[in-house]
Amino acid sequence: MSSDQPFITDDSQVVTETRDARMTGQGDRFNSRLREAFGSSPFILTKFDKFLNWCRGSSMFMLQFGIACCSIEMMHTYAVKHDLDRFGSGVPRASPRQADVMIVPGTIVSKFAPRMKRVYDQMPEPKFVVGMGSCTISGGPFQEGYNVIKGAEEVIPIDIHVPGCPPRPEALVYGVVKLQERVANGEAAPVTVKPYELEEFSDLERDELVDKLADQIDDDELVMRYNFADSP
Amino acid sequence: MSLERPDTVDDGAVEQTPDELEALLGDLVVDRDDHLNAPGFVIRPDTVQETLRTLKQQAGYDHLSVVSAQEYENRYESIYHLKKYDDPTQEVSVVVPADKDDPVSESGEPVFRTADWHEREAYDLIGIEYDDHPDLRRILLPETWQGHPLSMDYDKDRPQIATLPEHANPLEDHHKDAESDTMFLNIGPHHPATHGVLHLKTVLDGEQVADVEPDIGYLHRSEEQMAQSGTYRHQIMPYPDRWDYISAGLLNEWAYARAAEDLADIEVPEYAQVIRTMGAEMCRIAAHMLALATFALDINGDFTATFMYAINDRERVQNLLEDLTGQRLMFNYFRLGGVVWDLPEPREEFFSKTRDFLDQLPESVEEYHNLITSNEVFQMRTIDTGILPPEVAKNYGATGPVARGSGVDYDLRRDDPYGYYDELDWDVVTEDGCDNFSRLLVRMREVEESAKIIEQCVDLLEDWPEDERNIQANVPRTLRPDDDTEIYRAVEGAKGELGIYIRADGTDKPARFKIRSPCFSNLQTLPEMANGEYIPDVIAALGSLDVVLGEVDR
Repeated sequence: MSSDQPFITDDSQVVTETRDARMTGQGDRFNSRLREAFGSSPFILTKFDKFLNWCRGSSMFMLQFGIACCSIEMMHTYAVKHDLDRFGSGVPRASPRQADVMIVPGTIVSKFAPRMKRVYDQMPEPKFVVGMGSCTISGGPFQEGYNVIKGAEEVIPIDIHVPGCPPRPEALVYGVVKLQERVANGEAAPVTVKPYELEEFSDLERDELVDKLADQIDDDELVMRYNFADSP
Repeated sequence: MSLERPDTVDDGAVEQTPDELEALLGDLVVDRDDHLNAPGFVIRPDTVQETLRTLKQQAGYDHLSVVSAQEYENRYESIYHLKKYDDPTQEVSVVVPADKDDPVSESGEPVFRTADWHEREAYDLIGIEYDDHPDLRRILLPETWQGHPLSMDYDKDRPQIATLPEHANPLEDHHKDAESDTMFLNIGPHHPATHGVLHLKTVLDGEQVADVEPDIGYLHRSEEQMAQSGTYRHQIMPYPDRWDYISAGLLNEWAYARAAEDLADIEVPEYAQVIRTMGAEMCRIAAHMLALATFALDINGDFTATFMYAINDRERVQNLLEDLTGQRLMFNYFRLGGVVWDLPEPREEFFSKTRDFLDQLPESVEEYHNLITSNEVFQMRTIDTGILPPEVAKNYGATGPVARGSGVDYDLRRDDPYGYYDELDWDVVTEDGCDNFSRLLVRMREVEESAKIIEQCVDLLEDWPEDERNIQANVPRTLRPDDDTEIYRAVEGAKGELGIYIRADGTDKPARFKIRSPCFSNLQTLPEMANGEYIPDVIAALGSLDVVLGEVDR
């Protein structure tokens, strides 16, 4: 109980009636370790940001988001035996609007990338992403595929990469806990501009391909433009 | 219902010799191009329907397994692999060459409904146009894609644009004058009930479904291209695990192993076959458990307990599989000519673990019956919903539990035996209900049959003499099957007939590697089951089909 730990008041000097009243006569139920740590003081002193980060990190709502093989291991991580809920992050939300964390469990292909970007955009800030498996790192075993996106980071920013094909549930738990640690410490990933962004078709630079598709696609239709030659 | 074929064989299963078939087709045949598995008849591209209809109606070839298309130096070619539901060992290939400059071929869709999607895929990936096709659009790649990726002149590095479209209601005009007005509803591609990244374009008329169209391709990760760029011996085997990734890895690996072993004429030692059979059935149990778990969740969100129970049982099977193969999900355990290593030491421990699992399985199954199949809510939602009549199922090329739930007695493990199945005592499960409930029941009873198979395999393996434990045949370091040999071979995967078509060109890599995915054909039946039903029944029907999108899209 050193004083550099957060939320702990040094109560060695403070013994008051209030404290005694709180500690006795209420039954053991109320004498939690937290109560002991707080001592007589019903107040804690901390920075608001720090407190909020601690709250965020301790209760993360995951987006229920299954893409490919890794989602099977992700389901096992949520379910019995591995039980991600033990770490305060096991509530899968069906809607991105209620979620804090998106686990990207699988290969991203050209047709799905715009949808994933849209789902990511729909999540409220602050939001965090755990990339699960090799496909979200580099395209994994499908990197050579003609319509496979070479890593989810081409489309959305990723905070934690969990390697494996697929990672074991233990590995995913470790990744999520690491993310919680980072969130609690206030270290989210810096958001960078991604090569593949959703754009309106009319905003694209005019070239041969855009000219060719001009009569098929409306000007205000959202599109994603891929340049596979420049992909890693 | 048993390994013995029914005594009464109807006319459909009467076997014709290739010459009889050629005589039947008469002038339609312009040439012969036999494959290793079946006689092949080359026909003109404008006589596809006539040929298929003759074979279907007069020779009893009522199962179009797959349409595989490819491009040669001088021509395009579509191959229709036909079989009989009554006896899948009777096969015939209809080879349709098309012009190199203007690849147009008549569509087989009016004869076999299943050809719809298969031909769309051939158009999408290879670039063959099908005349008289009802709806020839891209199916796996975005509509705006440039080029056909498995054709010869495709440039992989070219830039592409994919749209995020607002889907229009396809029925809006149809209902303008009618009393009813329709609403368009997108289900997916990111939706908890779609089992992955499937998009259902649904048109509702009130609470009823007027039209549903599955939109796939959100997980099309070029599996066929990956296989075509790998060498036979080692580089292809890791990929099958990732087609049907619901722990059905060994079943998929067997599909490739069977095709490649028959192509290269490799004999697998008996001991390895027993291990394969045991591992494959463990995978089937795991896969059916997940189907059960997610189906229960689809029916009622309150069935999370069932989900947890089923996952718990899956963990047990996965532990056994991990002991056997070293991996939880992506096993990569089969090798051409055998398996990669023997059973784990100490063997007794592995056997006793397996026996423990088998001993508690009847209790679990009983528990599932208590929890869901005898549950009134569950029965109300599943009995007599999602009806798939057997004739429709056959027309769409449905296989596996979906076909068997419609009373189609078709199981390749018995009808086209491979591995050690024909030496063991087990039954093929069918149900005649044709509804969602029957399909679930088939899966649950199949779990028990699989347990029977595993038990017999364990007995066999336990008594196997120590000096005859040969896990691997002699296979050349580099396999180079003869130029221009073609083969189509299928196994009974967790979802149905999982087939591989390989064309060898004399090198150590396949020139064409086509995957016949059971889910791809099964998913096509969804509109038949869902149209006219209520919207929750669509979700139930989809859940009972048990599609896995990695296998649908490949």
